[in-house]
Amino acid sequence: MSVTLKALTRSIWVFHVSAGSCNNCDIEILDLLTPRFDAERFGIQLIGSIRHADAILITGAMNKKSVPRVKKLYEQAPKPCVVIAVGTCALSQHMFRDSYNVEETLDKILPVDLYIPGCPPKPEAMIDGIVKLVTKLRQGT
Amino acid sequence: MIRTLFTYIVFPGFLFSAVVGLLAGWIDRKVTARIHWRVGPPWHQNFTDILKLLGKETIVPPGRKVTFLGAPYIGLLGAVCVAGMVGRVLFTGQDGFAGDLIVILYLLTLPAISLIIGASASRNPLASIGGSREIKLVLAYELPFIISVVAISLKTQGTLQLSHLLGFQGEAGSHIASISGILAFCVALLCMQAKLGFVPFDASEAEQEIMGGVLIEYSGLPLAIFKLTKAILLATLPLLLTVLFLGKDTSPLFVVLKFVGIITLFVLIKNTNPRVRIDQSIRFFWGPMTVVALAALGLAIVGL
Ligand code: SF4
Repeated sequence: MSVTLKALTRSIWVFHVSAGSCNNCDIEILDLLTPRFDAERFGIQLIGSIRHADAILITGAMNKKSVPRVKKLYEQAPKPCVVIAVGTCALSQHMFRDSYNVEETLDKILPVDLYIPGCPPKPEAMIDGIVKLVTKLRQGT
Repeated sequence: MIRTLFTYIVFPGFLFSAVVGLLAGWIDRKVTARIHWRVGPPWHQNFTDILKLLGKETIVPPGRKVTFLGAPYIGLLGAVCVAGMVGRVLFTGQDGFAGDLIVILYLLTLPAISLIIGASASRNPLASIGGSREIKLVLAYELPFIISVVAISLKTQGTLQLSHLLGFQGEAGSHIASISGILAFCVALLCMQAKLGFVPFDASEAEQEIMGGVLIEYSGLPLAIFKLTKAILLATLPLLLTVLFLGKDTSPLFVVLKFVGIITLFVLIKNTNPRVRIDQSIRFFWGPMTVVALAALGLAIVGL
């Protein structure tokens, strides 16, 4: 495994996309940065520009308006870049399954590397997921 | 020739100041984290960030490719030259040349200019907002900074050479021990805060407001170079302040102590202030700061 990829697992800059969520998942994500969980210990930082992103964190149920935007964001991100789906909405559309406004799940649109289920998932669950992702990347699969 | 190259590329130029600057950047992040009651990142975090950026794809937005990719190197070159010129006087006791203080003042604006050029070449509206703020900030802080440097130069019999400044202070005591010296030091410290783009003067990079502003379109290697330039400036500017104001004792222990002291002042100012708007910072630098700097100049002329 290359040195730069190893460095990436220790310095993940996260870009946060809300693609039609109820805002609860987003609040839980912000909890990760608070003193109690302090994700900066592991080099994880929330950044504002998609050009700096190493991970795209997507919440919400992919409605018709947000799908093209999510696709565009993924195209604009510098590779290597992982996609993380947070919350049951992003995973399986949850209660919006039969809605007129949502058509596909996230993994039909983008290659998703990590699924974090929950409504909303606890910060502990997200840390657990990130640890799994980092282990997977280090093993080079 | 080889010695000069060594001075600028290894010690105390590029390599040395980059390592020191990245470590100083870690001190900044760690202290900030402790103030927030967090644990903070490990000591190698800034090195890891740079290393990671080297492995990322570099995306060039449509438009001026050469300008966009070339801009970071201009700033890096300026910062490295200053690091070499200040460091060789301070660490190796070389003489420098007459007027190197003026050259340093010019070179120190290069990192800001490279940011402005890069931001304008990226054709991003948020980057152009950031770029225009950076221009205003440069115009704002250069005036009081230069006045305070002139005050210091007058106190040293009008010399414009770093080694003479050090030699004079070695005999007559540090400039900060006088009234005009301490006034000029306060002004120069705040100007350096703005030069480093630290809160409260980080309007051009405001993460929460214009998403990284000037840096918004940069990724991969060019972004890493901008971060390195910042780090080198963070290592160099405290040393420059040491030469200008605290030049009495330049044994290694005291230089390290003064360096850490000035970094601590930067971090404290950064963590106890909110971001100010760009018009507020211009008013601050052209108003109170210029008045204080002029007062320092007047006191220096009458010899206080
Ligand atoms: S998964 Fe639950 S908390 Fe998250 S956006 Fe959907 S409804 Fe809201």
